[in-house]
Amino acid sequence: MWEQIKSNQIRSTLLVVLMGAVLLLLGYFLGVLLLDNYVAGLIIALLVWGIMTMVAFTQGDNIVLSMAGARKIGPKDHPRLYNIVEEMKIASGLERMPDVYIIDDPALNAFATGRSKDHTAVAITTGLLDKLNRDELQGVIAHEMSHIKNRDVQLMVLASVLLGSIVILSYYASRMLFFSGGSRRSSSKDSGGGGAQIIILVVGLVLMILAPIVAQIIYFGISRKREYLADASGALFTRYPEGLASALEKLQNNNTQVQKANKATAPMYISNPFYKKGISANDLFSTHPPLAERIRILRAMSGAGYADYEKSYEQVVKGDHAIPGVAGLAAQSVPLRQATTGAVAGELQERVDRTRETSDMMWKMNNYKTLDCEDCGTKLRLPPSFNQPAVRCPHCGHINNL
Amino acid sequence: MSGLIAVIIIAAIVVILLFIFIGIYNGLVGLRNQVKNAWAQIDVQLKRRYDLIPNLVETVKGYMQHERQTLESVTNARNLAQSLSGAGVADRAKAEGELSGALSRLLAVVENYPDLKANQNFMALQEELTSTENKISFSRQYYNDEVLKYNNKTQMFPSNMVAGMTGFKAGEFFEVKNEVEREAVKVSFPGNPPAATGTK
Repeated sequence: MWEQIKSNQIRSTLLVVLMGAVLLLLGYFLGVLLLDNYVAGLIIALLVWGIMTMVAFTQGDNIVLSMAGARKIGPKDHPRLYNIVEEMKIASGLERMPDVYIIDDPALNAFATGRSKDHTAVAITTGLLDKLNRDELQGVIAHEMSHIKNRDVQLMVLASVLLGSIVILSYYASRMLFFSGGSRRSSSKDSGGGGAQIIILVVGLVLMILAPIVAQIIYFGISRKREYLADASGALFTRYPEGLASALEKLQNNNTQVQKANKATAPMYISNPFYKKGISANDLFSTHPPLAERIRILRAMSGAGYADYEKSYEQVVKGDHAIPGVAGLAAQSVPLRQATTGAVAGELQERVDRTRETSDMMWKMNNYKTLDCEDCGTKLRLPPSFNQPAVRCPHCGHINNL
Repeated sequence: MSGLIAVIIIAAIVVILLFIFIGIYNGLVGLRNQVKNAWAQIDVQLKRRYDLIPNLVETVKGYMQHERQTLESVTNARNLAQSLSGAGVADRAKAEGELSGALSRLLAVVENYPDLKANQNFMALQEELTSTENKISFSRQYYNDEVLKYNNKTQMFPSNMVAGMTGFKAGEFFEVKNEVEREAVKVSFPGNPPAATGTK
């Protein structure tokens, strides 16, 4: 069943390679512009990238978790959360149980991180933990676990390191250019080739301004695609897309921002931590697809498989594929399961009671008399014109005397 | 000279076929091991349930004097399931299905005992039990997915040829027939307004 993910993986990898190309291109032009030597520029770019990669893959997950203010918990601290993570670990077939973290924050959000297969973690805010029932929490954790299972966390670390390197390089290069650029240019003019020099200067300047923006667009593009895939896998793991859908609905109706989130860690959260109501989020710079759209896709699913998600996506969005390559590979539909009894029954009963109360009131207003059947307890309603001495219960046949 | 070329070509084809054979064979072994691993996961969760039940019965007993039969059926189903823990997939699935049924009947009866529902000990147990039930069904789900993958490989061309030659048999699904589980979310609506207006 996991073969389908490969084509998506390839696409994301290509985007990362593209970001790498942007980085090298930037290094090349900066080398020519500032140091008169493109090799030096390339070396500097690779050096920055290398150092940041090393930091990210030895300390990355710890940095992210401590930046978010997360604390690690054990099975005794929050049995339900820990159990649900365990359940999803089993459903996803992961080999290692991720560490579980709680963030003391009233905002509703969750994220997954990790630098390798053996160092993974899921984190969830206390706000979300309080607001969700068991099925919804399961949906959210399933979404996060599929980020781990699909290797999104590592991919995002890779992509964010590249983005960071590009941003740092262009930032320092632009400063250097403005402070020392003049003298460099006059000295290089002596070596001739003025026209080519100007072209390189212009291209270099444009690249310096555009590279961070392009890299960001690619970065967010990777992030958005992964969200759809994580939603689809989440539905497959739980066999219950409604759980995640109703959790996302709760996120949508709440716009508390995560206090300790920043732009770099934003793609890791289950929904955009900077999301504000009333702003359309489906542009190039958003890290997540709009919540309303994700909810509609999940709700329109007729089964729990990838093929079902893809079909539902095409219905709702009428556009590009959510999970490329899925249609041909696994056309079979996976049956859904029903809600856990305890999770929904309470809400449902409440709704039934409310409906019944309202309808009783309507009957009374029309002068109907009510009477409980002595035998089976069914509520009988007698119209105002009713004047017989007894009434037969339509449910059990018992004759009730008035 | 041409004879030598023919020999080389034939040898090359044989070598390529051998490599394909080895590749398919190793793939099958990998899948079969995954099925075994998934089965072990179910086993862990089932054992956990055997351990939890005596605890549950002990906690509940004091509150439920009139539900002796329900409690007994849970204990019996547990003991039967445990005694079958060495049996084949189908037998176990049946016994475990009955245990699940007995347990959910017990948990349904608990609704009538508010004191019990408020008991701290019971609340912790209930979460453990709910989660264990979920873990059983998720590990079953994963196991069945793995079996499907493995069976597809043993039945599809050309891997079915390798499987036939080296004796890979189709895996058995863990299917639980449980009536109670299916009926769990039924909501009755007594007293529908239009129907009950019927008079004599």
